[in-house]
Amino acid sequence: MARFVAKRLALSVVTLFILSVIVFAAAQLLPGNVGRNVLGPFADQASVDLLNHQVGADRPVLVQYTAWIWKFVQGDMGQSLQYRVPVWSLLSDSLVNSLKLAAEAFALVVPLSILGGVAAALRQGRLADRAITITGLSLTAIPEFVSAIFLIVAFGVFVKWLPVNAQWPEGTGILGQMKYLLLPSLALVMVLFGYIARMARAGTIEALSADYTRTAYLKGLGTPTVIRRHVLRNALLPTIAVIATQTGYLIGGLLVIEKLFNYNGIGQRIYIAAQNKDVTMLQSGVLLVGIVYLVATFVADLLYSVLNPRIRFGSTE
Amino acid sequence: MSTVTVAVRSEAKIARRETLRQLLRSKTFIVGVLVVGFWIVCALVGSQIAPHNPQDQSFDPLLRPGGGHFFGTDSLGRDVFSRVLTGASDILKVAPLAMLLGIAGGTVVGLVTGYFRGLVDDVISRIVDAWLALPVIVIAVTVLVALGSSTATLVVVIGVLFTPLVARTVRAAVLAERELEYVQAARLRGERAPYVMFVEILPNIMGPIIVEATVRLGYAIFAVAGLTFLGFGVQPPSPDWALQISDNYNLLNDTANQGNYWTVLFPGAAVASLVVGVNLIADGIQHVLER
Repeated sequence: MARFVAKRLALSVVTLFILSVIVFAAAQLLPGNVGRNVLGPFADQASVDLLNHQVGADRPVLVQYTAWIWKFVQGDMGQSLQYRVPVWSLLSDSLVNSLKLAAEAFALVVPLSILGGVAAALRQGRLADRAITITGLSLTAIPEFVSAIFLIVAFGVFVKWLPVNAQWPEGTGILGQMKYLLLPSLALVMVLFGYIARMARAGTIEALSADYTRTAYLKGLGTPTVIRRHVLRNALLPTIAVIATQTGYLIGGLLVIEKLFNYNGIGQRIYIAAQNKDVTMLQSGVLLVGIVYLVATFVADLLYSVLNPRIRFGSTE
Repeated sequence: MSTVTVAVRSEAKIARRETLRQLLRSKTFIVGVLVVGFWIVCALVGSQIAPHNPQDQSFDPLLRPGGGHFFGTDSLGRDVFSRVLTGASDILKVAPLAMLLGIAGGTVVGLVTGYFRGLVDDVISRIVDAWLALPVIVIAVTVLVALGSSTATLVVVIGVLFTPLVARTVRAAVLAERELEYVQAARLRGERAPYVMFVEILPNIMGPIIVEATVRLGYAIFAVAGLTFLGFGVQPPSPDWALQISDNYNLLNDTANQGNYWTVLFPGAAVASLVVGVNLIADGIQHVLER
């Protein structure tokens, strides 16, 4: 187990390193010169040069990369070029907001889609199964901003149950915030439901036809017990793995959803930074997103191995 | 040409015909083809069948649906119905091209990594993993800001971003295939690696590649629409559906005029029908090829 964790941790670090190089290289692609982008076309050359020197953009690329990473590791993400304040002071609030939205979306989608997938599997081939599968497949394919438009038109414009914008007024309590986040969460739920339900369905079908399920029935256990103790335990393993891989998608979805609902989250921050060529904000924001994703997959792997004795007690593989 | 190769050829032909026959019997496939076909026809001749010029701004802005305008008019006084009819042309150019680029690149990378294994495979697989840790749309936004958006950059960016994803699927198929006897036979004959990869293995993994291509097309439409909504994809004054939504969604706050819902609802329904159609086709093909 310790060996598995160590190996998995080492892999995450390597992936993170490559990720940081990709992010840094992409930011270097931004055209023109950092100082010129910030100060605009009418600033005189001397102040452009001075700003470049202040933010270190006149140093060799390798030096810039090492300096950036070294500071990032110590928790210093540098100054936002656009707002002239520390990047972290802006990103931290946005990250919390995004996590709230993501948490609400996950809290809704995980039980819903597992229930849907298992229900479909138990009625395999019948109308309910077809309905759940086709609905899931179609919802997954539709871009999140389109699903969101349908939701807004239905619940925000026609019946007026829910607010059209996600940003709550200052001083809204936690329940009020959840209400504001319901529409954007549902839009993310619609995209994610299909994937997770499909995995849950496939896992359940496989477990239902396995020898241990037959044995359980032959032992004389009742159907509910067999489903709960034998089928679900095995069926939900691959589902957990899929839920973790969807965090990456979820963050991309946040970029679009946060813009549509005018919500100050990390997606919105990255979007604004990209538009305004705020390199430091963009680099750190994207790397932060990558870290969140890697932590999520790491935790999912651990959970998976704890639940799956074949890995827990397995050899070096 | 020996009789054996002729026999193999005609057998392949029969198998292809059988696949086609099964496809035509699949309801999901047929429905998908009808929906996508409808939008392709609209993209080609939409400007001729539309009741108004999609760029004509001479109508009253934000008219409700009905009367002379089935789907109402948008904030600039353009006929939404005509814009929906003509709105498929850009996305149906960009998305398939991006998909083809991703499939071509991914097939080459997947063949090379799957066939050679060893160090090349390890290094490329690590890079692919890091790549997959980032949401496609986040990288795409960063790169499109850097390079500026044009149809060509959009195609290249999405194509390149899809390459590692396709490569992963192709690599898995190659790994299963390379242990089979016909590959060993070709190697023992002294064939070079490129020959074995492209002439021996490639034809045998076309099934998974075709499935991947149809699935990728769905994702490509998803990505292009999302990027266009963010303002980094198809540019104005195109009547593109995602662009219409991006231009008008702010008006949903306007409770006095029912949130002007028609300016976004109809283009949204059009995007939804197109992606669902493509996915139905993909699902049909998958069922037939992977049985």
